[in-house]
Amino acid sequence: MNTTNVTAALLPHRTWRDKLPPIGTLGPFIALLLACVFFSTQNDRFLSSDNFSLVLQQVMVVGVIAIGQTLIILTAGIDLSCGMVMALGGIVMTKLAVELGLPAPLAILCGIGATALFGLVNGLLVTKIRLPPFIVTLGTLNIAFAITQLYSNAQTVTDLPPAMTWLGTTFRIGGTSVAYGVVLMLLMYFGVWFWLRETAAGRHVYAVGNNPEATRLTGIATERVLLGVYVLAGIFYGIAALLSVARTGVGDPNAGQTENLDAITAVVLGGTSLFGGRGLILGSLIGAVIVGVLRNGLTLMGTPSVYQVLITGILVIVAVAIDQMSRKGGR
Amino acid sequence: MNINPKLVLQAKGLVKRYGQVTALDGADFELRAGEILAVIGDNGAGKSSLIKALSGATIPDEGELLLDGKPVHFRSPIDARRAGIETVYQDLAVAAAMTIAENLFLGRELRRPGFLGSVLRMLDKKKMLEESIARMQELKVGIRSMTQPVETLSGGQRQCVAVGRAAAFAQHVVIMDEPTAALGVKEGNMVLELIRRVRDRGLPVVLISHNMPHVFEVADRIHVARLGKRAAILNPKKISMSDTVAVMTGAMPPDRIPAECLAH
Repeated sequence: MNTTNVTAALLPHRTWRDKLPPIGTLGPFIALLLACVFFSTQNDRFLSSDNFSLVLQQVMVVGVIAIGQTLIILTAGIDLSCGMVMALGGIVMTKLAVELGLPAPLAILCGIGATALFGLVNGLLVTKIRLPPFIVTLGTLNIAFAITQLYSNAQTVTDLPPAMTWLGTTFRIGGTSVAYGVVLMLLMYFGVWFWLRETAAGRHVYAVGNNPEATRLTGIATERVLLGVYVLAGIFYGIAALLSVARTGVGDPNAGQTENLDAITAVVLGGTSLFGGRGLILGSLIGAVIVGVLRNGLTLMGTPSVYQVLITGILVIVAVAIDQMSRKGGR
Repeated sequence: MNINPKLVLQAKGLVKRYGQVTALDGADFELRAGEILAVIGDNGAGKSSLIKALSGATIPDEGELLLDGKPVHFRSPIDARRAGIETVYQDLAVAAAMTIAENLFLGRELRRPGFLGSVLRMLDKKKMLEESIARMQELKVGIRSMTQPVETLSGGQRQCVAVGRAAAFAQHVVIMDEPTAALGVKEGNMVLELIRRVRDRGLPVVLISHNMPHVFEVADRIHVARLGKRAAILNPKKISMSDTVAVMTGAMPPDRIPAECLAH
């Protein structure tokens, strides 16, 4: 019998490289630290607690969009429409509250319903007609933008009820003021982290992104997983819309234009693979903070905003290149 | 020799047509308890259509399927799986970035008891890990850590995980579609060894393979598919490899096969 041989051959060959934590987990954190160190040498105000709370308030909108975007990218998809769908949600909820006089909670729910509906449409096109997510969401990006402009007449909605802007107000912890919206964002990250890590439904999101065919053959309803992810992402865009409205105090039809790419940048910087099936939700939070810190630090340095756009563009490509190379190394 | 061996999976007169093409033309199939039955056939012989019908991937137009003597109708691979037939596919059907334990329990995860499981829907990772270790040990698959991602394994090791998963959960039958096709010599042997162990644990195995040496190494009987039918059932201990290929290609008509080479 050569059983012992077989057993020996089955032992994986572990090298020192396998024992190191993957670059996907540590890389974003190191990048964030480096950015913080750099900006603190450039400007005294960077490390102040006021500036810190400002960065977090700027991050909360992108951070919440990035939750939905992460879920979609984990399934090997992508959502180019996220920022525009968010803008639509913001317009729907503010207009319903201001012009139709709907109670704020109901108006907010309607806004989130509108973004969830867009998620459902994206999901149905991806699962039922099997269109590539890139094309589907490129289409809905424009559709959402057009509907937002038409519905709002390209006018900003003002005079919002206070209940709609409450999440933008702050309370103080020690010397630092923290917006309620930031707390909500952190709670949602914790919830999604738990869901992805500890529940079967969450693990199925990874499985679908890894190998949809193998996942289907194990009896998992992969279409339902995908559809659920797109709808869930839509709901997060709706909540992001509420945060954006709360922060700016208006319903802005031109919201979401920088957030659209910033959210994708945050997810990729956070180490989630664009090829699907691998990544951590907390990485996206770090990624969103990196984007926020870059924008904030460069602004403090007096760099024209066009350079911020330039730098985020370069960062996305670098992050994707690292992802691509570490994937090849893994093979 | 058992005179009347128990039939675990049986097909009678399967017909499957795709437009003008008749892939299955009244094919019969019999799998006995505790055997490795190899299914061989040239391209277009109806081999894959037969396997698809057995595993629920296609629905035959005519004919019947019996599992443990009872008629069954599979509308999807999931139906077949629920009935206790697990299939291993050649293209290493695993989720690469997920751990071995997660792959073993994918789609049949265990939840924690009580509030944590029913309300928070938390997975019982510890129990799944323990059961993974127990089941892989039973099959003598010596993987050091069940918590490593499948992508850190070689092709053969991955296939062992896929075979192990099928064997661990199959109630009646394991079907393996070219399980060694993508593997090197050493790794192929590793998987063959595992297939034998699955049979020795009492699960009958249907092995589809193009690799004659592999077929002759492990098969108890060989089902030869030809022209959408079953041409013959051969005894690998009596017939030569070249004669088997001759039956498969039609160079040797079934009525000219020496009687002692046939399996019954």
